[in-house]
Amino acid sequence: MSDVTVLGGQEVVGVGRIEGPIMVVEGASNVSYDEVVEIEDSRGDLRRGRVLEVGEGFAVVQVFAGSTGLSIDGTRVRFLGNTLHMPVAEEMLGRIFDGLGNPIDGGPEPLTDVYRDVNGQPINPTARIYPRDYIQTGISTIDGVNTLLRGQKLPLFSGAGMPHDQLAAQIVRQATLGKVAGAPHTEGEEFAIVFAAMGVKNDVADYFRRSFTESGALTRVAMFLNLADDPPVERIVTPRAALTLAEYLAYDLGKHVLVVLTDMTNYGEALRQISNVRGEVPSRKGYPGYLYSDLASLYERTGRIRTSQGSITQIPILTMPNDDMTHPMPDLTGYITEGQIVLGRELYYAGIYPPVTVLPSLSRLMKDGIGKGRTRDDHPRWGAQLYAGYAKTQDIRALASVIGEEELSEVDQQYLKFGRAFEREFVNQAFTENRTIERTLEIGWKLLSMLPKGELTRVTLDEISQYYKGDDATS
Amino acid sequence: MSNEVGKIIWISGPVVRARGSRNVGMLELVEVGAERLVGEVIGLNGDQMTVQVYEETAGMQPGAPIYGTGLPLSVELGPGLLQSIYDGVQRPLPLIEQAEGSFITRGARFDSISREKKWSFTPKANVGDAVKGGAVLGVVMETDTFEHRVMVHPDDAGTLTWIASSGEYTINDIVAKIKIGKEEKPVTMLQRWPVRRARPFVGRRGANVPLITGQRILDTFFPVAKGGAAGIPGPFGSGKTVTQHSIAKWADADIIVYIGCGERGNEMTEVLQEFPHLVDPRSNRPLMERTVLIANTSNMPVAAREASIYTGITIAEYYRDMGYHVALMADSTSRWAEALREVSGRLEEMPAEEGYPAYLAGRLAEFYERAGFVDNLNGTQGSVSIVGAVSPPGGDFSEPVTQHTKRYIRCFWALDKSLASARHFPAINWLDSYSEYIEDVSGWWREKVGKDWLEMRNKAMELLSEEARLSQIVKLVGPDALPYTERMILETSRLIREGILQQNATDAVDAYSSIEKQIRLLEMVLYFHERGMAVVRRGAPINLIHDLPVVDTIIRAKSSVTNEEIHKLDDIQKAIDEQMSQLDAEYR
Ligand SMILES: Nc1ncnc2c1ncn2[C@@H]1O[C@H](COP(=O)(O)OP(=O)(O)OP(=O)(O)O)[C@@H](O)[C@H]1O
Ligand SMILES: [Mg+2]
Repeated sequence: MSDVTVLGGQEVVGVGRIEGPIMVVEGASNVSYDEVVEIEDSRGDLRRGRVLEVGEGFAVVQVFAGSTGLSIDGTRVRFLGNTLHMPVAEEMLGRIFDGLGNPIDGGPEPLTDVYRDVNGQPINPTARIYPRDYIQTGISTIDGVNTLLRGQKLPLFSGAGMPHDQLAAQIVRQATLGKVAGAPHTEGEEFAIVFAAMGVKNDVADYFRRSFTESGALTRVAMFLNLADDPPVERIVTPRAALTLAEYLAYDLGKHVLVVLTDMTNYGEALRQISNVRGEVPSRKGYPGYLYSDLASLYERTGRIRTSQGSITQIPILTMPNDDMTHPMPDLTGYITEGQIVLGRELYYAGIYPPVTVLPSLSRLMKDGIGKGRTRDDHPRWGAQLYAGYAKTQDIRALASVIGEEELSEVDQQYLKFGRAFEREFVNQAFTENRTIERTLEIGWKLLSMLPKGELTRVTLDEISQYYKGDDATS
Repeated sequence: MSNEVGKIIWISGPVVRARGSRNVGMLELVEVGAERLVGEVIGLNGDQMTVQVYEETAGMQPGAPIYGTGLPLSVELGPGLLQSIYDGVQRPLPLIEQAEGSFITRGARFDSISREKKWSFTPKANVGDAVKGGAVLGVVMETDTFEHRVMVHPDDAGTLTWIASSGEYTINDIVAKIKIGKEEKPVTMLQRWPVRRARPFVGRRGANVPLITGQRILDTFFPVAKGGAAGIPGPFGSGKTVTQHSIAKWADADIIVYIGCGERGNEMTEVLQEFPHLVDPRSNRPLMERTVLIANTSNMPVAAREASIYTGITIAEYYRDMGYHVALMADSTSRWAEALREVSGRLEEMPAEEGYPAYLAGRLAEFYERAGFVDNLNGTQGSVSIVGAVSPPGGDFSEPVTQHTKRYIRCFWALDKSLASARHFPAINWLDSYSEYIEDVSGWWREKVGKDWLEMRNKAMELLSEEARLSQIVKLVGPDALPYTERMILETSRLIREGILQQNATDAVDAYSSIEKQIRLLEMVLYFHERGMAVVRRGAPINLIHDLPVVDTIIRAKSSVTNEEIHKLDDIQKAIDEQMSQLDAEYR
């Protein structure tokens, strides 16, 4: 990685064409692809941009702050001779930056001579360590059946108005290094937190700031804020800036870093906007054909590498337009991340918090971080059983809505009771409730004990005799 | 050596245009810029050439030079491929890591196969032999158990004038000389082959030997033949990768080529960490020893992702040519198609459907056509089987990549979101999937296990489709409205689903089912059905059957009975007998 920004370079006065956030600069030579430019308007105000395409004597430049107020003749463009770099330093924790990484909390510029390219570089797959250490979030629907591991990317799929911010804040507040069930409590290592807001309302950013303050985490948090009224194009840089700092903290300084990105849907819209202005051939719903690769260039900046103690865990938040999981943003995100936590309207309206819909939720890495020596031996099968039971409940509910509950067999009725209890006692928990993994397992077994033993085919017979508490006498 | 053939005039992401020589060839490998990044000529127009660059182009400027090589994009073939992990253009990732650290920087150049390592060569041909392409000149043990056959380049033929005696040689050492026409050509153990050109063979044979994967829903229900092509489409999180990993682990192929094409870094790391510790049941050696990995993850350069598929298939064909059975996994072909689309978009080509270029179907056809069970040039037989994952946007199978893929494969394993969310794994929908190899491989089953697999398989499928029909009725009026005989079908179908179709890839015992175990499980469930039907026909209530203790035992048998102790299934069959006979007696 290059540690310097070469300043200087050439200056061009006047631009050829301006359209939306894109402008075409003519008469420049020695311009590099992806180079940063500084743009000065006729009043002397500065903004930044980046070269998207370069040909003989012209360059297509994307202006982060948008082109409002720029004129054809009165605009000066300076090519800065390098790709977009930013300073990184430990002291950036506890600070607040704009979407491009400039301090906005009144404090000084970070004092460092370490500069990094915001695009990062792909981690060599041979250099990775496969994630295996679980993070205890204190939330049953996550720890129990969708376990999060250090180095995993696990998004929250939500919808407008649902409490995804609360859930993310609760995860951040409660997350500690997981421990084996029954082992004595040790102080969890603390996570450094990098928070990036893209196009969210000011009160959302405020909510997180307050929540970090209340939990005493603020000194461990770096916030990058591109709010709803900030220039949309800047949003393209915001997660990259955040992840560049995260990589420094994790891989240079050995910290465990939790990255929260919200709201990725706004990020996607900014990308779509630029693509449309450029007249690119769209794929689905007007999004560019490279949306997958672009999202991957963010989400893949997660994980652990062999040369460092640290890790990056990502929790991107997406509000699904129309709650539609097949929309390109959640869809392509799901194709890249290692599972997803899905929030559902029905549970939300039923007053359940967090309204995590367990069936479509998934942690792909869970299997490698739980079980004997990690959480508890029975955890994988217990999880599968709870899951299967709840899935069956859904079928029975559908049947009951047709033939009526009274017509159901006795076992089916037991399933209905199980399902209700599952939602109220397992899924539902207070915003302040931090459950240990033992507690989560215990609640699960209590619920499973509402079903006849014969229904529990996913757990072993030994486990049934050890943990089953029901009054079913059959064997 | 390469010489300058042009200067860059335009750059947009992985695509650059240059002006210069009219003598550059289409698909010629070129080097771009002072850093000499690898690229390939994908378009020519007068003195202008369009190049796709396999590395990140940020920082590059118009005016930078392009160097020609006169060669097409090729891979290196020879001993030392096995156990390797490469990027999409065959750069060895471990060496890049050693030299550059944990992140992939650009411009790194390394030999794909070690030039230092010595191999113990044993000659297998004699001076004076007339040798043609594919002829085996000698062998080396590439691993403790794998014999690598050193072959004459497919394009060469002549008379062997010299052959090295047994001894230790590197892949650069001359091990033979062949007189071709007037010239004597030195031969080493290293071959180069252009990736976009299929390696030649004499002819195709029928594909009638199944590729045994140890996965019950595949082998028993939707088999793919050795040399066949299968597609596995499914929405995110439905099990494409887990299924492909399972096949890579357990398939009875000699060589596995696994291509991680635009997918996750962690998944490749998982293979790298797991395979060296898993033992191939057939050779008793670590699975890694028969595996070649190509990893061009989603965040690595997109043009190299496009190339990765060809790099992989060429390596597969090379081992096929030696007379081996090779299975190739490509996860995911959709990401490859998207790479095509991305480059095509930068070229502002007219798109066909959903932004994909009109040549998408042609490229897919070319790829799947490289599968086959063939007679090799050297008289041996070998095969390349292809299993391609497809990732349709929104899980919608009507999209172009799934639709075109369907035209070129004969085996379709349709993953189903609702099965996956019910944690029915593998989430392969038995009603939407098909295999056109069923008839072809039935002879093999008959010979191998001496039982009528086809009949049993069809019987089970019949029950499952009956179940689907009956479930519709149950949804409307509840199960009680059905006669006991029909409810018996539901009971048995549940056993088929939970006891046979469901297979847990993470369970040590269940992960792999020998074919003997597969057929015995099926036989047992069908026996249960036959006895059960007889009993309910006599009026025994269905819940008595549902509650038989043996039901649970049958469902658990897949993971409680190991492949080595299938005889224990006889005990279960006995239990079926006893419990059914008891009911039988009660209702006689
Ligand atoms: N045979 C199986 N046994 C157990 N679990 C399975 C099996 N198949 C799939 N799974 C579960 O499903 C999850 C998702 O599977 P997988 O990663 O293969 O999905 P995918 O189709 O490749 O998704 P993507 O398109 O996002 O890569 C796995 O992490 C695992 O939990
Ligand atoms: Mg996958």
